[in-house]
Amino acid sequence: MNNATPAVEIRDLHKHFGRLEVLKGISLTARPGDVVAVIGGSGSGKSTMLRCINMLETPSAGEIAIHGEAYAMRPTRDGGLEPADRRQLQRIRAQLGMVFQNFNLWPHRTVLGNVIEVPVQVLGMPRDEAVARARQVLERVGLAEKEDAYPAHMSGGQQQRCAIARVLAVEPLAMLFDEPTSALDPELVGEVLTVIRDLAAERRTMILVTHEMGFARDVASHVVYLKDGRIEEQGPPEQIFGDPRSPHLQQFIRSIA
Amino acid sequence: MPDIDIATPIRPAPALPLRARLAPLLMPHRLVMAGLALTALAAIVTQMDWSWLPGYLPKIGHGLLVTLALLVSSVAAGFALALPLGAVQVTGPAPLRWLANGFCTVIRGTPLLLQLWLIYYGLGALFAQFPEIRASWLWPYLRQAWPYGFLTLTLSFAAYQGEVMRGAFAGVPRGELEAARAFGMPRLMVFRRVWFPRAVHRALPTLAGEIILQLKATPLVATITVTDLYAVITRVRQATYLTYEPLLLLIAIYLCLSGTLTLALRWLEGRVPSGR
Ligand SMILES: Nc1ncnc2c1ncn2[C@@H]1O[C@H](COP(=O)(O)OP(=O)(O)OP(=O)(O)O)[C@@H](O)[C@H]1O
Ligand SMILES: [Mg+2]
Repeated sequence: MNNATPAVEIRDLHKHFGRLEVLKGISLTARPGDVVAVIGGSGSGKSTMLRCINMLETPSAGEIAIHGEAYAMRPTRDGGLEPADRRQLQRIRAQLGMVFQNFNLWPHRTVLGNVIEVPVQVLGMPRDEAVARARQVLERVGLAEKEDAYPAHMSGGQQQRCAIARVLAVEPLAMLFDEPTSALDPELVGEVLTVIRDLAAERRTMILVTHEMGFARDVASHVVYLKDGRIEEQGPPEQIFGDPRSPHLQQFIRSIA
Repeated sequence: MPDIDIATPIRPAPALPLRARLAPLLMPHRLVMAGLALTALAAIVTQMDWSWLPGYLPKIGHGLLVTLALLVSSVAAGFALALPLGAVQVTGPAPLRWLANGFCTVIRGTPLLLQLWLIYYGLGALFAQFPEIRASWLWPYLRQAWPYGFLTLTLSFAAYQGEVMRGAFAGVPRGELEAARAFGMPRLMVFRRVWFPRAVHRALPTLAGEIILQLKATPLVATITVTDLYAVITRVRQATYLTYEPLLLLIAIYLCLSGTLTLALRWLEGRVPSGR
């Protein structure tokens, strides 16, 4: 491994919802260019972990650093943590892009409007420049002709590609994907996976929660298997899928295949 | 996936040839109805007494203006109040939430006429007791009736629309707001760029109905001596001893107003980007 500053570093992350402990001490490092695939059964805490990275969920304990900068946190009265510095939180968030299972586009804006929204409003980029760049990324995801369409008038696959364009437009340090194809009809999964595969080939840093095992095997540089809020096994895809050691992982892979 | 609603694309109705468009109107029962309506209209114009109308036109015009001014201003001010009333009930701190909720419940649960009189007689009498107010530049206005009518209508519209906005704010899918936060938008920007416009879109379809209800509430101000359209027509009836003609005119004017409003808002709604 190279010794560049990690794009994302998670140290001993804990999270509980009330009395339910969902993450029980997770440590994970993604270096620039890494494609980390996170797999695991339903309820194992994959989404929760991913959402802690941009503080959509606040950790109960542990530390998270993006490109070497740790979130400033302070203790809450009930023994958890909360972000201590809103400015820093917003600045770091703007460097991460998240692609959601349900796309979560802004339906009152066109495709172009969705893609330029963050560069113009959050990053303060001049509109012309944002539009020019938006057209480039829309071209990349194959939506060049759709820039004036509204999300509601597009297929799920097109919406998800628009969501990916929205992320690309901010040139994020790392991209976070939470099951980007789970809400899609089977015949639309391919077009989205193709886009993500291209991005992975460019060695963009990403952390990708997915149920598509074949895809994870193809694109990931590193695979993490979550089980009951712990990383039970991790390693290169050949090892995880070809020679899994943990009995749970062996069973999980058999059940999916 | 309750978060995604697939709106049906709005297509402009295809332009049919004139004959095809008229065809549904030419069915026998419709022809009979149209004939009856025309006969009634002819009877109204020729058999009834309309000689008073030209003389009263200026007064009627003035009454119409007063009604429209009250409607527009109370809708605008009420809507502006409804936004915080709705938003606070969804995210506000508990005391504010209760306050807003209580306000909406009380106003919506009591007769508008009662509120009008309470505000006009109660507040009016109260103001008169303070020499500071009597001496202020506001007093010439506060001695008139319309400010109390405006205030009451505004509060009423705010309460009803506040309830609508509460539902609209609460109904914006969480994921859309979450996406905004995930991209580093500050809270105020999330509100301004996503939450607020989405809530207004969701509330728009019911807005036309609420405004028409408000239009129909305006004649109540005649009971506190504001000379709106209804008050003018009442005076016409007293002066001319005519029973039906002025009332028919009043109905026709209100119908025209609500029809225009409905069409205008439908047009507006069609222009707003879809995605509800
Ligand atoms: N906001 C919340 N409040 C309470 N419990 C929650 C919340 N979010 C998640 N959980 C619980 O935390 C556990 C882990 O959820 P999470 O969504 O992280 O699982 P996952 O691995 O992403 O599962 P899936 O594959 O079904 O998406 C689940 O038991 C879930 O019910
Ligand atoms: Mg999940």
